[in-house]
Amino acid sequence: MIDALMQYEFMRNALWAGLLAAVACGIIGTYVVVKRMTFISGGVSHASFGGIGLGYYLSHYISWMTPVIGALIFTIASALGIGMVVRRSRLTEDTAIGIMWSIGMAIGIIFIGITPGYIISDLFGYLFGNILIVPTSDIIMMIILDMIIISVVVLLYKEFFALSFDQEFSTAIGIPTERLYLILLGLIALTVVLLIRVVGIILVIALLTIPSATARQYTHSMKNMMWLSILVGMASVIGGLRLSYELDIASGATIILFSGALFMVSTIFTRLRHRSRAETTPAE
Amino acid sequence: MTNEVIRLENVWLYYDGKPALEGINLSLYRDDFLGIIGPNGGGKTTLLRALLGLAKPSSGRITILGEAPDKGRRHVGYLPQRSLFDTDFPASVMEVVLLGRLGHTALFHRYSSADRNAAIEALKRVGMLEHKDQQIRKLSGGQQQRVFVARALASDPKILLLDEPMANVDTPMQAGFYELLESLKRKMTIVMVSHDIGVVSAYVDKIACLNRRLYYHGTKSLTQHDLEEAYQCPVDLIAHGMPHRVFEEHKDQ
Repeated sequence: MIDALMQYEFMRNALWAGLLAAVACGIIGTYVVVKRMTFISGGVSHASFGGIGLGYYLSHYISWMTPVIGALIFTIASALGIGMVVRRSRLTEDTAIGIMWSIGMAIGIIFIGITPGYIISDLFGYLFGNILIVPTSDIIMMIILDMIIISVVVLLYKEFFALSFDQEFSTAIGIPTERLYLILLGLIALTVVLLIRVVGIILVIALLTIPSATARQYTHSMKNMMWLSILVGMASVIGGLRLSYELDIASGATIILFSGALFMVSTIFTRLRHRSRAETTPAE
Repeated sequence: MTNEVIRLENVWLYYDGKPALEGINLSLYRDDFLGIIGPNGGGKTTLLRALLGLAKPSSGRITILGEAPDKGRRHVGYLPQRSLFDTDFPASVMEVVLLGRLGHTALFHRYSSADRNAAIEALKRVGMLEHKDQQIRKLSGGQQQRVFVARALASDPKILLLDEPMANVDTPMQAGFYELLESLKRKMTIVMVSHDIGVVSAYVDKIACLNRRLYYHGTKSLTQHDLEEAYQCPVDLIAHGMPHRVFEEHKDQ
């Protein structure tokens, strides 16, 4: 793979895209896991398909429009939409998510269908990701999105901590939890867009949960959990890319299976470690 | 200028179209220790949420130290009912207690050394300082509850609101927890809500009963009539080993 890295720009771009995605999902994935927001993340990522379809369609008529820009608009709109609808109406969150999830997908399918000269492999690329065709312009966009995510989390770290730990108490002491929650949903939306290129809409949830769930087995501090999930995510990207290159199989799916394997090995390892510790220290 | 810290004037609050609080009038003064009992669903938590500005009354007025609740709550320490807390959360005791300072810390800023000192003071008061770097999820229910009291105390409140503080404290730890409450008595105004008459009556100075309406005479006694009206059924007055009498002797009329 090292040779391929030196030789081909597409491999270098693939690696960069994967590493940049790992940064975002390490940080945001930590919130998704501790605040239990997996389902809403799934809803936002699937709703983004509407934006992809719209962007794909409009890109034939508007020069600056791309599917990724469409996805960006749709993810943010659906994330904030779900957040606000739940606060202001009697709809429960999972119902709101289900509605957004399916409507977004439906819009995407319609627009891709009516786009002149549409190619089925494009559709597959967005659904399942195609990290091997990431253009340099997307890498630049990913860097910008990563920087936005990092700065917001650094600035609002203790507020997000409070929000995730105990929303009711945080509201009671005057923290603007509703706005913070919407900001957090917005960051999830940005992360989803970052991940679409790498693993595709359908598999986004995997990278938002698996690295952080693995990291959680080794640390009891949220900051360390973020650092560790970034590392686990990066290891998954490097390992998965390499494996997919060697075996010539789909890269996004391989990255996910690789991170899934890491998670399982780590789960078994922590179980064994706890058991042996329990045997050596009988009473605490 | 009186020492009135909490004032409710004819407060009505509807929740999902149904009345949760009906015409509540209440005045609490400095260093009062009020226990509120009442059946589940009687509005006890709603009343605390209203005092914190989390639930808005549809009519009537609430003032906390002369201010509206969403302003006055910066003087309020709050111990929420425990079901909200995810015990698996990765956080240290110190991180949890520091959350109590957030209402006093500017957005975007790190915790100051004053914040840290206040958190350490609060941990000392509840006797949990030695656990400050421990994982919150490794502590027992009673120890966790002490940490949450410390979090409420970290903002140096003038008013302390406790929602079912005994709910997750295992019986052997309860005596110690009462000592803690005893040590806070007369240092601030305390409102404690519980469905357990025995728990409340043993430690508070004044007692009220809430079932949408509030039955309160500014004393540590309720009449049998109050209780039966609140609970809508005859109430068994024999509480478990109650050291004080909650109910005045009843004379036949």
